[in-house]
Amino acid sequence: MKSSASRLSLWLLLTPFLLWIVLLVLVPHIQMLRVSFQVRESWDTLAWGLEQYQNFFTESYYWRTFVRTGVMSLFTTFLTLLVAFPIAWYIAKMARGRSKGVLFLACLIPFWASELVRTYGWMILLRESGLFSSWLQALGWADGPVEMLYNDVAVIIGLVYNGLLFMVVPLVTTLDGMDENLVEAGYDLGGGHATVLREVVVPWAMPGIVSGCIVVFMLTLGSYLTPVLMGGKDSAWFTEQIFTQFITRFNWEQGAALGVLLLVLSSVMVWLGLKLSGQSLRKVMG
Amino acid sequence: MIRSVPRSRLFDGLYLAYLVAFFVYLALPLLVTAAFAFNDSPFPSLPWQGFTLDWYLADGSEGRTGLFHDDGLINALWVSAKIAFWVTLGSVALGCVNAVLFERLQFRGKEFLYLLMLLPLVIPGVILGVSILVFYSGTANEVSRLWGIELDIFRPGMTLVVMGQVTFITTLATLVIGARLRKFDPQLEEAALNLGATPLVAWFTVTLPWLLPSIFGAAAMAFLMSFENFNTTVMLTGSDTPLTVALFNRLREGSTPVLNAVALFLMVVSGLLAMLALRQNRGEQ
Amino acid sequence: MATQSDLSCNGLVRRFGAHTAVNNISLDVPAGTFFSILGPSGCGKTTLLRLLAGFDRPNQGDIYIRGERMNDVPPNHRPVNMVFQHLALFPTMSVGDNIGYGLKRRKVPAAERRKLTAEVLEQVGLPGLENRNPMELSGGQRQRVALARCLVLKPTLLLLDEPLGALDLKLREQMKVELKHLQKQFGTTFVYITHDQSEAMVMSDQVAVMKDGRFDQVAPPEELYREPATPFVAGFVGDNNRLGGEVVSLEDNLAQIRLDSGELVRGRVASNEVRPGERAELYVRPESLVFAGSVQNNDYSVMQASVKTTLFDGANSRVEAENSGSLVYARLPQDGSAPALALNSSIKLSWDPRFARVFGADRS
Repeated sequence: MKSSASRLSLWLLLTPFLLWIVLLVLVPHIQMLRVSFQVRESWDTLAWGLEQYQNFFTESYYWRTFVRTGVMSLFTTFLTLLVAFPIAWYIAKMARGRSKGVLFLACLIPFWASELVRTYGWMILLRESGLFSSWLQALGWADGPVEMLYNDVAVIIGLVYNGLLFMVVPLVTTLDGMDENLVEAGYDLGGGHATVLREVVVPWAMPGIVSGCIVVFMLTLGSYLTPVLMGGKDSAWFTEQIFTQFITRFNWEQGAALGVLLLVLSSVMVWLGLKLSGQSLRKVMG
Repeated sequence: MIRSVPRSRLFDGLYLAYLVAFFVYLALPLLVTAAFAFNDSPFPSLPWQGFTLDWYLADGSEGRTGLFHDDGLINALWVSAKIAFWVTLGSVALGCVNAVLFERLQFRGKEFLYLLMLLPLVIPGVILGVSILVFYSGTANEVSRLWGIELDIFRPGMTLVVMGQVTFITTLATLVIGARLRKFDPQLEEAALNLGATPLVAWFTVTLPWLLPSIFGAAAMAFLMSFENFNTTVMLTGSDTPLTVALFNRLREGSTPVLNAVALFLMVVSGLLAMLALRQNRGEQ
Repeated sequence: MATQSDLSCNGLVRRFGAHTAVNNISLDVPAGTFFSILGPSGCGKTTLLRLLAGFDRPNQGDIYIRGERMNDVPPNHRPVNMVFQHLALFPTMSVGDNIGYGLKRRKVPAAERRKLTAEVLEQVGLPGLENRNPMELSGGQRQRVALARCLVLKPTLLLLDEPLGALDLKLREQMKVELKHLQKQFGTTFVYITHDQSEAMVMSDQVAVMKDGRFDQVAPPEELYREPATPFVAGFVGDNNRLGGEVVSLEDNLAQIRLDSGELVRGRVASNEVRPGERAELYVRPESLVFAGSVQNNDYSVMQASVKTTLFDGANSRVEAENSGSLVYARLPQDGSAPALALNSSIKLSWDPRFARVFGADRS
C-alpha cells in the first residue's frame, strides 16, 4: 500500500518533468537533426541527403565564420576570466562586512538591464558620434570624429561585458568557501605569490572557474545582438547565419544544419572543458 | 594576497586602480544610456542640450513622440509582459515539481534525468528557438498540407515564444528552488507528522513556507529573464513583437533618445524587481 | 496483556537488507516512568525510536500503547510525540506557532490555543516568549520550546532522541536535572535515547542498554552499575578495570582466578560461562580498588601493580598502574588518605570480592 502511494507520487512529479524535457527539448532537437539531413527537391518533395553539410564545407564563408566564432568565443571566455578573477578575489577574500555585499551587488547591477540595453550603451559610447570620440576631440587628442564601433575589438569589449556576471558569481562563491588558512599555509611553507596561486588557489577555485567559463562560452557562442550591432561588415557571427537562413531566406534545411553544427561545437567544447579540468556537469552546474 | 599576507603599497595601489577601472567599465554604458534619456536633442549623443522629459511624455505634436505615446512600444511592452507572466507561471510551477522530484525522491535513472534537466543550460538560446520553430511550426505546416487543418497555435507567435522561454527558464527555476529545498531538514516534516499533521498539511504548513522565498526569487528571475530575452524569442515571434525585438528593429533604423527612455524604464523596473527578490530572500534568512 | 504499561513491545524486528538494526526487542514501560535506551551509535536505538513514532514499520513484532496496537497507525494519529535530535523547530514560525501547531491540527480554537501555549511556556520556564523566532533563542531555550511543543499535547508517551547532544557541557548538566524535574511535574512517560551513560543514569527510572540491535540488560541505573549482566554493560556503563585470567575454582558465588601475573584473586560470578579451567574476565571499578597499605582485610583480594602516572582531576583523580601488561586505574581519594606515589614504584591494590564481577571470556 505504501509503495503504490509513493509510486503514484513519483509518477505525479515525473510526468510534468518528462513532458517538459521531451516536448520542449528532446523532440525538437531530434526533429532539427532530421530536417538538417533533408534536401528539398521541389516545393513539396524532400529527399535524404548530406547537401546542407556539403554546403557548409564547400562554402568558405560558412566555415570561416564558424571557426572565427569559435575562436573569438574562446578568447572572450579567457579574457573574461582574467578580468573577473581579481575582482572575485577582492570580493571574496579582501573586502569585509558591508563593502563585500555592496561590491557584489554592484557587479550584478548591469545585468538588471537586458543585453540589448547594454549593447546600446556601448554603441552610444563607441560610435563615431559617440562619447569617447567627443571626449578625445575635446581633449585635443583627435582631430576629427573617431569610429571605434564596428570592429572586432568593440565586439569583444561588448562580449566580455555581457559575460562578466556569469564569471564573477561562481568565482566568488567558490573562493568564499576557501579557508584563508590554506593560503597562509601556502606562504608559511615557503611558496611565493605565483606558487600559491597556481598550487593552492586555482585548484580550489576550479569548479567555479569551469562553471564560469562554460556559461560565458555558451553565452558568447550563442550571442546575437552584440556581434550584429557592434561588429563590422566582415565580422559575421555564426548565429547571424542561422538567423539569415531561417528568417530571411526561409531555408530551414540549411538553417537546421547550421544549428546542428553550432550545437555540436558547443557540446564538444563543454565536454572538452569538463574533461580537461576533471569536473562533472552536475558538480559545475547543479 | 589575502589580508594577512603583507603586500607592497604599489601592489595595493594598482589593485585599487584596477577595481575602480572595473566598476567604471561596468557602470559607464548604463549611466550614459540613462543620461541621454533626458537630453533635449534628437540624437543620443553629445553635446548636452539641456534636460527634458520629452522622450517620455511628448505626444507627437512637435515632431517628438515620447515612450508613453508611442503605441508601437507600449504595445510591445504589453506583449512582453503577457509573455513574461505565462513564462513565470509555467517555469516556476515546473521548477517546484522538478525540485521536489530531484531533491526528495529516490528512483532509478535519477542521475541521468538530472543531467537531462541541466541540458537547456548548455544549449545556445538561438538553437533552442530554432529547434522549437522547426518542430512545431514544421508540424503545423505538415498538418495543414496533409489534412488542411490549421494549427495556428504552433505558428510563430506568443505560444511558441512562451514555450521556447519556458524551456530554459525552467532549468534555472529548478536550480534556485532545489538549492533551497536541499537545505530543508526533512525532520521538520516528520516533526509535523508527529504533532498530528497529515502529510499534505505538513507540506503546506512546513515545507512550502520554507520554499516561499526561493519561489519568489525564482519568479522574479523568471520574469526578468523572459522580459529581457532576445535570442530565443526572435526565432519564435510572430506578428505581436515583444519589446526586445521591437527595440532591436528600431535600433537598426537608427537610434533616438526614445530608445534610451525605454532602456532606462526597463532598468528601473528590473532593478526594482531584483531588489524585491533580494529583500524577500534577506528577510527570510 | 500490557494493560498497566504505557508502552509495550514484543519481538520487534527491523531489517535493512542483510543488516538487522532492531533484533527481537521486547520492552514494557510502566506509566509515568522515565525510560532510557542507552547504547553506542549504530546500535539501532534511533531505528527503534522511529518504529515507536511510526516513521518506520517493524518487519516483525507488535507495538502497543496503552494496550492499543499501533503497528498500522500512521505517525500523525499516534498518541506519541517526539523531541528530535536537532529539535526540528519550524524556522518559519514563531515560538507560539510552533507550540500551537499540534493544537491547531486538533482544531483547538485560537483563544484556547493561546491560553494553553502561554501555560506550557510558563511551565517550562519561558513565559511570554510566544512571538520570538526560535532561531533567536539560546540552545537551552530552544530545547524547552521543543519540549513544550510536545507536552502541550499531553501525549501518552514522549520520545526524546538525544536532544541534549547539541548543547555544550555545562548546559547539558543543567538540562539533565531539569528534564527529570519536568518529567515528574508533567507525569508523562518519557522514552529517552542516548549514547551518554551519565544522561541515562541521572535521569532514568529504568535504563535499557542496547547493543547490536538487542537489549543487553534492562534495570534501574544503580543495579546497572552495581550488577552489570554482561561484559558489555560492565564496560559501557561507568569506568571499569578489566583483568584477564583463568578460573581456578568456584565456591558459593565467588570465583577464584589466576591473573596473567600469577596472582590469585576473587570476584563474584556474573554469568554461567564461568567454569574452572577456562578463561574469564574480572571487572572491578576504580573506586572499589583501595591501597592495601591503609586497610587490611583478609577477605580482600590483592594484586601488585607498578605506577605509570597519576591523573589529577579533583574528586575524580586516578592513578594509572600496570599489572603484567594490562592497565589498571584506581581512584585517588583527595582527602589525604592516598599514599605518595612515585613513578614505577610498586603498589598493592586490593578489593572486596563482592564488588568485582567475573564473566566468562569472550570467545568470539
